[in-house]
Amino acid sequence: MTQPKNPVPALRLSGLEKSFGPMKIIRGIDLDIPAGERHAVIGPNGAGKSTLFHLISGHYQPSGGSVRLHGDDITGMPPQLIARRGLSRSFQVTNLFPQLTVWENVRCATLWALGYKYSFWRNVERLADARQRTEEILREINLIERWNMPAGVLAYAEQRALEIGLAIASNANTLLLDEPMAGMSHGETEHMVELIRKVSENRTLLMIEHDMGVVFDLADRISVLVYGEVIASDTPERIKANASVQQAYLGTEVA
Amino acid sequence: MSQKTDMKIPALPSGARESFLARFGIWIVAAIVLAGLPYVFSSGLSVSTMCMMGTMIIFALSYNMLLGQTGLLSFGHAVFFGLGGFLTAWAMNAVVGTASPVPLFLFPIMGGFTGLVFGIILGAVSTKRSGTAFAMITLGIAELVSSSALILRHFFGGEEGITLDRTDMVQVFGLSFGPQIQVYYLIAVWCLISVAAMYAITCTPFGRICNAVRDNPERVRFIGYNTQTVRFMAFSLSGLFAGIGGGLAAINFEIMNSAQMGVGESGAVILMTYIGGIGNFAGPIIGAVVVTYLQLMLSDVTDVWQLYFGLLFIGMVMYAPRGLAGLLALQQPLLQTRQFHRVAPYYVLALLPGLVAITGLSMVIEMTYQLAVKTAAGPAMAFFYVPFNANSPLPWIIAVILFAVGTWLFLRAARLAGDAYSEALAWRKLP
Repeated sequence: MTQPKNPVPALRLSGLEKSFGPMKIIRGIDLDIPAGERHAVIGPNGAGKSTLFHLISGHYQPSGGSVRLHGDDITGMPPQLIARRGLSRSFQVTNLFPQLTVWENVRCATLWALGYKYSFWRNVERLADARQRTEEILREINLIERWNMPAGVLAYAEQRALEIGLAIASNANTLLLDEPMAGMSHGETEHMVELIRKVSENRTLLMIEHDMGVVFDLADRISVLVYGEVIASDTPERIKANASVQQAYLGTEVA
Repeated sequence: MSQKTDMKIPALPSGARESFLARFGIWIVAAIVLAGLPYVFSSGLSVSTMCMMGTMIIFALSYNMLLGQTGLLSFGHAVFFGLGGFLTAWAMNAVVGTASPVPLFLFPIMGGFTGLVFGIILGAVSTKRSGTAFAMITLGIAELVSSSALILRHFFGGEEGITLDRTDMVQVFGLSFGPQIQVYYLIAVWCLISVAAMYAITCTPFGRICNAVRDNPERVRFIGYNTQTVRFMAFSLSGLFAGIGGGLAAINFEIMNSAQMGVGESGAVILMTYIGGIGNFAGPIIGAVVVTYLQLMLSDVTDVWQLYFGLLFIGMVMYAPRGLAGLLALQQPLLQTRQFHRVAPYYVLALLPGLVAITGLSMVIEMTYQLAVKTAAGPAMAFFYVPFNANSPLPWIIAVILFAVGTWLFLRAARLAGDAYSEALAWRKLP
């Protein structure tokens, strides 16, 4: 690489492993993601993509190896500690607070980063910074018109957008998005691509996605995960041209 | 963003300080109502009933901090109510001997402090888990404390309990707290303070995160919160308010008994909270008032009143899971659009056969009770002042017919009421 880059990667995975009993799902992944990069993880079903996200975000404990966020070891930390360090994520299956309004959903996600923590002595309605941030995010994800609806009654695409809203609300510097376009129509996907492009500015983005059009459009680099191993990690052009990738994964679609 | 889309946005929260009346109006009204109630319901029985209701409102609301706000099903909440009451009783008895100038109205603080301390101790254990495991731990704690009440006989006073004399305290402003009406105002003031404090907590960052934990605990961790800490804090704070309720109960009855912190009492508070409605802040208040009233009234009329409670509870869980407050909240859009008159006749239409069905059912229950338990009294009995013989087939046939026909008509009328409701609701949306 000739372009100048930050010597400490935003995310560094070294020899990361995860087994469930005798099943080895993640088999030693080494991956550096420089700060500010949009990085996509692709791979066939069951390759371990979501498991990889769960390991990075603290949902699962790795069986081996390490995860470093901006050089700090976060291996095996509980999710809340990782979230407080500025790594935020969305989920493949919509994962919101269904009875709370759209507004409350986003505001709850802003509170920790703004320093309100477990405060039970301040009126939440009077926190000007939380209110501004919430409004800003709802405008960004285009849900401001729906602000007083319970999240559970939103349309699917709106829930997916809110999912992104929760992920960016804390102003995290590193964003993990797990299949943000899953189950969306063509028009909705285009909308979502623009949204992700917008919210990933000045952030490091790691994203799982099946839609190759989206991946090649958005990603600076792509990693191909097959049976728990990264078989290639490169620019979209080179991944397209890579023979082993075509054989292992793209082959079925190109043919 | 274009102006056009902005037009459709419902007014956003402004965060501006509301006017004095908007912020405190409801509390001022509540204070006036509480002050005026003894003038409307002035009999001795009414006043002591309202005293009980006041303590139960605090207790039920504190329980809803767990169940309704944070999604924690506890089977041992009476532990904090009971311990708060016992420590208050002991503190008062200790002060009597020393002539320390602590007026009576400060003693509920002792109850609250006790509830908080035990909330912290027991919460540190139970809130390590959530869901079913949490519920089981609280059940274990309830059993543990109940059985230690039988072992630590000196402290808990065995079967008789611990008595106290509230009039022995130092008298301030000439208040002896001998007359029940003075106790009523003591409870009313503490009730108002506690309710307002618990409401204020729901409007804080912590309160909102509690709701988030209730909705989806897993997701809360990924927005930076430790769900165990949230559960622990909710548990401790609910212990504090339950303790205040217990302290007031001790002052009210002038006796604390270990039965008041048993599993039965923990069950009663679940009943109250659920019947009132867990999804609404006012629900447990309604539940506490209604259930306390029914308890006192039904226990006068029938020996098996608990059976009726069980039936009421099952009925609510099955057909009105959002409780009485939920049923009332359903009427709000109709009242706002002045469409309520369209459904009201259907409600009456459903209520009448419902009462007939309940009459039939309670006849069966009372006759069974007469024949199975009150054998010494013989089969001669009266129901609604109508004497008859429970051994003859006629009253049984009448009871079954009343129940069957009443239920059938009720279900039909309920469906009509449901249709009328949706129609009235749709009416609102027409231009």
